[in-house]
Amino acid sequence: MTEPHFDREIDRSHMQVSDEVAIQIEKMNKWYGQFHVLRDIDLTVNRGERIVIAGPSGSGKSTLIRCINRLEEHQSGKIIVDGTELTSDLKNIDKVRSEVGMVFQHFNLFPHLTILENCTLAPIWVRKIPKKEAIETAMHFLEKVKIPEQAHKYPGMLSGGQQQRVAIARSLCMKPRIMLFDEPTSALDPEMIKEVLDTMIELAEEGMTMLCVTHEMGFAQAVANRVIFMDQGQIVEQNNPHDFFNNPQSDRTKLFLSQILGH
Amino acid sequence: MSDTHAQTVAYVRDTMLEPKPAPSTQTGAVKWLRDNLFSSWLNAALTVAGLLVVYLLFTHFFPWFRHSVWNADSLKECRDIITGEFGEGATGACWGVIRERWHQFMFGFYPPELYWRPVLVFVLLFVALAPILFTHLPRALLSFSAIYPLLAIWLLWGGSVWPVVMTGAGFVLGYLALKLLGNVNGIIAGIAAFAVPILFWMFAVGPIDDLLKQIVPISIQSVDSDEFGGFLLAITIGVGGIVMSLPLGIILALGRQSDMFLVKSFSVIFIEFIRGVPLITLLFVASLLLNYFLPPGTSFDIILRVMILVTLFAAAYIAEVIRGGLAALPRGQYEAADALGLDYWKAQRFIILPQALKISIPGIVSTFIGMFKDTTLVVFVGLFDPLKGIPDFIRSVFEWKGIYWEPFIFVGAIFFILNFSMSRYSMYLERKLKRDHR
Ligand SMILES: Nc1ncnc2c1ncn2[C@@H]1O[C@H](COP(=O)(O)OP(=O)(O)O)[C@@H](O)[C@H]1O
Ligand SMILES: [Mg+2]
Repeated sequence: MTEPHFDREIDRSHMQVSDEVAIQIEKMNKWYGQFHVLRDIDLTVNRGERIVIAGPSGSGKSTLIRCINRLEEHQSGKIIVDGTELTSDLKNIDKVRSEVGMVFQHFNLFPHLTILENCTLAPIWVRKIPKKEAIETAMHFLEKVKIPEQAHKYPGMLSGGQQQRVAIARSLCMKPRIMLFDEPTSALDPEMIKEVLDTMIELAEEGMTMLCVTHEMGFAQAVANRVIFMDQGQIVEQNNPHDFFNNPQSDRTKLFLSQILGH
Repeated sequence: MSDTHAQTVAYVRDTMLEPKPAPSTQTGAVKWLRDNLFSSWLNAALTVAGLLVVYLLFTHFFPWFRHSVWNADSLKECRDIITGEFGEGATGACWGVIRERWHQFMFGFYPPELYWRPVLVFVLLFVALAPILFTHLPRALLSFSAIYPLLAIWLLWGGSVWPVVMTGAGFVLGYLALKLLGNVNGIIAGIAAFAVPILFWMFAVGPIDDLLKQIVPISIQSVDSDEFGGFLLAITIGVGGIVMSLPLGIILALGRQSDMFLVKSFSVIFIEFIRGVPLITLLFVASLLLNYFLPPGTSFDIILRVMILVTLFAAAYIAEVIRGGLAALPRGQYEAADALGLDYWKAQRFIILPQALKISIPGIVSTFIGMFKDTTLVVFVGLFDPLKGIPDFIRSVFEWKGIYWEPFIFVGAIFFILNFSMSRYSMYLERKLKRDHR
């Protein structure tokens, strides 16, 4: 595991957690056929929280965060996002999806559209924002992720790190209140990981509610206010990063940490 | 001492030699021949055999082409000229039949004084296609493409302008219904977009038509469907089929992927049924069976009937080609569209279909080419296709009895030109899309 060194002090002035609940998950279960992927998940995320989800491969981390924007359907229990309960009602699903941004491991940019078009499509057609305004917003966020000069290129012309930053900008253009990250740096070459993590740190500094599935423990220590450890479809342990890394409670967490930190 | 420097430097070259070309065994024709035709014993043997075949074909057919006769008004006259010029027993091509009957190959029995109408329709076809095929042209031209089908129908068949205008009005009403109700409820709007034009055509068009015909009688000489023939017929059916089968094919492909059981089963059954049945069967359905299903008294144009079944036929194949394109898209594209909150139709329109269609271009164009060639099968339902219907008619005339190869070669050459251009365009499109996106 690489531990990126963050060369600046992280500004915590906006990183306050409010009492307001952003995501509430109660007794949630999910099966793939006979296979019980998520078991009795209970999780409350407050607005402004930055949560890192860790755990061995196949433990259900992706499935959990994909349930939050209904890319996967849960079979029992409750998921309430921003006051809207996720049911099979399409209206609710659309409402939640327009509030929740998601960044994927493999970027999933639209290869036939330019970077700018990637960023303006949903604001124009989902949020019904005038095209001119959508372009301004898109350029604002592309500047934020430091690639405004690539706006008229196609995704295939960009490096992996640049593509992932575009994917983050694309999500931000919808002005989401919650951001989900599913291993955003796992498909990247080591030298590009830092540029993406820097973008994510900036987002955290602005007070965004974030759920990140990641193995970047340096990032977790620097910005997370809670680390969740999952194994076999269950939340095994959760704690603040300092205690999570220095004083893990369960054996499975200890084993996982020893493997991933290479001690 | 004038030549000091000649002593200080032992040798100075004062003329530059031209660089020598590489030995002829390493470049040019010889190298090419060696690499491509004689690289091994097997290759060399195949080359020799190939040359032999080419030689035999050439010596066999060349005299026939060399003895071509253009200016003759009957097969007998042709033969006399060939015998006279090249001696007893010489054979030759008699292109006189093409010179004298080319208009029938092109237009069938369309009234000659009205040839300008199909010609105009053909020229306008390119005007209508241009903004669709070449995306850098001004988008405003697309409005002409939209009205072109109705304009073409009116020019080809003639008659009063009002039925055609009313057909167009039906589409406009459907569109307005979709727009106006779209803000209220998507499903109601969708149903209205279908129901309004159909009700309009069924009940309102007749009376309005009659009224307008009396008040503003705009009409041109009408031409019957049995007067169509040759390439006019093939291109009319072909282009009509292409234009209608692409959207239908897309809908069927999406239907086949749908989660809705009814939609999915209907699409699967339709596609598999059509693909399992020969086109000829469908053409017989068009010519014979369809009349049983229609209310008595309605006359339903035979070309239109054939065009509809050719469309259904091609649509089933196109649906399968597009399904391949849809399947080739990574799941992540659907997920990203979902995560951004795009609904099903928007995701299809902006994300999925543009990419799936791009992947499917070669298959779609192949289907179109196949369909265009298959239009010659309409000969079996009594229409005069250019390959058999028209030549058979010409052969039935005394002067051209016994003429055989010339019409095939002529018609084949025209089919080749048309299909080859389609194939080239599809390659251009593939290259352009590749270049754009990488
Ligand atoms: N679509 C699916 N169908 C069946 N099983 C699946 C599917 N997606 C994931 N799984 C299984 O569910 C488990 C959890 O997957 P995932 O959430 O992707 O794990 P993680 O992200 O923690 O590696 C894995 O065992 C995986 O094989
Ligand atoms: Mg995963």
